[in-house]
Amino acid sequence: MDKGEDQLLKDVTQNEYKYGFTSNIDTDFIAKGLNEDVVRLISAKKKEPEFLLEYRLKAFRKWKTMEFKEWAHLKIPKIDYQEIIYFAAPKNTKNLESLDEVDPELLATFDKLGISLQEQKILSGVAVDAVIDSVSVKTTFSETLSKFGIIFCSFSEAVQNHPDLIRKYLGSVVPIADNYFAALNSAVFSDGSFCYIPKGVRCPVELSTYFRINAANTGQFERTLIIADEGAYVSYLEGCTAPQRDENQLHAAIVEIVAHKDAEVKYSTVQNWYPGNKDGKGGIYNFVTKRGLCEGNNSKISWTQVETGSAITWKYPSCILKGDNSVGEFYSVAVTNNHQQADTGSKMIHLGKNTKSTIISKGISGGKSHNSYRGLVRINKNAINARNFSQCDSLLLGDRCGAHTYPYIETNNSTAIVEHEATTSKISDDQLFYCKQRGIAAEKAIGLIINGYAKEVLNKLPMEFAVEAQKLLAISLEGSVG
Amino acid sequence: MKKIETKLYDDFLELFRINPKAFSHGNSNFVKQQRELSRQNFEANGFPSNKNENWRKTDLSKALNNNYIIDYQEIERGKETKSLFECEIIDFDTKLFTILNGWWASNTDLTSNSQGVIISSMRKAQLDFPEIFDKYYGKVAKEENGLISLNCAFYTDGYFIYIPDNVEFTQTIQIVNLIESQSKLFSNTRNLVVMGRNSKLKLVHCDDSLSRVDSVVNSVTEIIVGDGANLDFYKLQNKDEHSTVLTSNFIEQGANSQTNSNTITLNGGLIRNHIDVKLAGKGGNANVFGLYLVDKTQFVDNHIFVDHAMPNCTSRQLFKGIADDNAKAVFSGHILVRQDAQKTEAYQNNNNIQLTDTAGIFTHPFLEIFADDVKCSHGATVGQLDNDALFYMMQRGICERTAKMLLMFSFTQQVIEHIQLSKLRERIVHLVTRRLKGELASCENCALSCENPNSVMTFEIDMEKV
Repeated sequence: MDKGEDQLLKDVTQNEYKYGFTSNIDTDFIAKGLNEDVVRLISAKKKEPEFLLEYRLKAFRKWKTMEFKEWAHLKIPKIDYQEIIYFAAPKNTKNLESLDEVDPELLATFDKLGISLQEQKILSGVAVDAVIDSVSVKTTFSETLSKFGIIFCSFSEAVQNHPDLIRKYLGSVVPIADNYFAALNSAVFSDGSFCYIPKGVRCPVELSTYFRINAANTGQFERTLIIADEGAYVSYLEGCTAPQRDENQLHAAIVEIVAHKDAEVKYSTVQNWYPGNKDGKGGIYNFVTKRGLCEGNNSKISWTQVETGSAITWKYPSCILKGDNSVGEFYSVAVTNNHQQADTGSKMIHLGKNTKSTIISKGISGGKSHNSYRGLVRINKNAINARNFSQCDSLLLGDRCGAHTYPYIETNNSTAIVEHEATTSKISDDQLFYCKQRGIAAEKAIGLIINGYAKEVLNKLPMEFAVEAQKLLAISLEGSVG
Repeated sequence: MKKIETKLYDDFLELFRINPKAFSHGNSNFVKQQRELSRQNFEANGFPSNKNENWRKTDLSKALNNNYIIDYQEIERGKETKSLFECEIIDFDTKLFTILNGWWASNTDLTSNSQGVIISSMRKAQLDFPEIFDKYYGKVAKEENGLISLNCAFYTDGYFIYIPDNVEFTQTIQIVNLIESQSKLFSNTRNLVVMGRNSKLKLVHCDDSLSRVDSVVNSVTEIIVGDGANLDFYKLQNKDEHSTVLTSNFIEQGANSQTNSNTITLNGGLIRNHIDVKLAGKGGNANVFGLYLVDKTQFVDNHIFVDHAMPNCTSRQLFKGIADDNAKAVFSGHILVRQDAQKTEAYQNNNNIQLTDTAGIFTHPFLEIFADDVKCSHGATVGQLDNDALFYMMQRGICERTAKMLLMFSFTQQVIEHIQLSKLRERIVHLVTRRLKGELASCENCALSCENPNSVMTFEIDMEKV
């Protein structure tokens, strides 16, 4: 590594977070702290039916009996759950008929983030559900989608308009007591997106949710539920950013996906929550439970994630392959820098016959960050001819960072074929030398190599996101390699 | 640490309350102090339950909930061990020592030969050679779980080997750890091996049982490999299904040293091997190999931890296993590359064949890396015999059973070929062949004393059909 590259690495790692602004939006808060009354208050504010309140209370009582288990390779400071505000919403959340009614400050916020709701609507053909703090502010394209019978709306609207669907599917993939944060979310979730694709419908546009934390001292607990009925197809995108603050903020979300017979769901995330400054101050704690259930035969769920933000990431998108011939996929690029910590990976639980799963995970760590892959592949007794291939590569960009791999493989069937491989290395001097020798500057060469390294995953992203993700990768790591 | 609720835990502590000197009788003061510290640790930690991450798949509660006798009466020395055990490896030129029910049973101590080599019992060594013993004893073993603490506090005896600087001990040292008891027995053995600079040692450690009673062997072995030293370490486990074998092996390597460790598990009830290698000097190299063949309700857990503490070290792990019937096999390999341990090369490989739906394979190949200029990789596979290869052989007239056996045999070969001692390798080839044919497990008394040990194994190939 020559000096130039060193400098380059420094430049990158010290890059400023460009989504760190705060918007001046009138926000409705409730008092901080968590108790049964708060749970009731949230439910009341959202005019929820009785069953949902019961669900929340059950979750809250369960949560109180649970304790956070520190098995992940993360140093998580003690979180005081009584210091968090559990509900914050931009005021004026009456149902909006058109974009013109949206608070201009809010629109400006999304414009600044590069997600112009207006433009999106007209140009890109992507339906967007924008969630700020805890509440969905606007869903575009709903009307068009409803022609196909597709329901795409905020979770609260779904609770009001489609309570049967909610009652049927809520908690069916991630049960209340699944883990500490799932229980917390089940008790206090505020809003999120809901999506239902009816039988045989191929969703014509990409559906997208944009999450933004704005208010200080709040936690964000959104809940996403996607149901693809028989033979349906949907591609779903999720993006997240948050302002730059010195204190840490908690984000504990749940995403549940149900894919019925012959259905396919593609879920892509570009996660860019505020990662904290270069000394590790501030940043979002991202504790997310994402799970998909391949309920019917021949169904498929595919997770693609690009993780560049958050001070702490704790996230294991999983697939339960229950239907015969169902397929689970997980593609991930996780980038950590400065003092970021990430413990992420996937779980593939094979229950049905001829089920297949693929895990491709690429970790890139720089600065003083720690990046871990943790995954489980379990082949159950009846999962005849199950097949898994996992590959987890780590790239180290400095001598003070860490890259770890913790795979768990459990097979209980004699026809299972499971392969796992992982490598850890730095950017090879040979590759770098080759590029430089051809007249490519060190920084460009490094960018090239990293991009090539992550290509396998980036290729899986929908086009709109792939461009954004590549840019994000470049920003996160610009010049960072030696 | 979560502990198993078992009577055995109380028994040990009670025994200590009644007779605190039962185990430390005749020990040096230094050892007595160490034992007391470890006893406190054991009291605090107890037997590790499967609620602990490292023991997730290994449930000791069934094996421990048994009325074991804790044997602390020293046995009569110099019993004719030849009559108890005869190594079946013909012309295997070894220096053989026996440990019986946790006690040093051999008549001979090779105390200080002309080169200064010491081979002796632990009890004798701590009194006769305190200057060496105290310097190394307890320095490498980490009391990371209750079993190790239990051993440190309540061990009876074990072997002590010291090879001075620049000495090459040419003969292979063979230690046979036997259990012969009419009643259910729990034995704790403790071993210490110290190798000086540029020394060489070949050590074979066999675990065998002579009587078919429930027994637990809980052993801790500390090995210090000096700078530039070279160690060949073989562990052969061929026990009956009533045995529980829990071994913890701690190896600390100096600069430019070389260790080859082979753990061959052919039979046993519940076996857990913990191998902890610390590369504490620059340029060290560690090869940790293992083979496990389990069937019926056997359970084997290989827990490997390789700690790259210094730069320029290399390590290689290769563990292969076959699980049949209801057997369960666990492999948990962990490579830790510490900060600034640059130019590390560490590889880890675990391959498994699962033959039945009721068997289970659990593999956890971990990498934990804190330095950037490293080459590390791991691979883990679970699969079956290759159908194409089977078909190929069968169409050449090899019957299915033989073809399967040939494939399994070739699968194991990759580990066996690393055995450097040719006589031992031949023997293990022989044992593995019989094992795969299911002959070893069916023996009446001891797995090793088969009715016809000298018969030559051949593969059943019907030449007429070829």
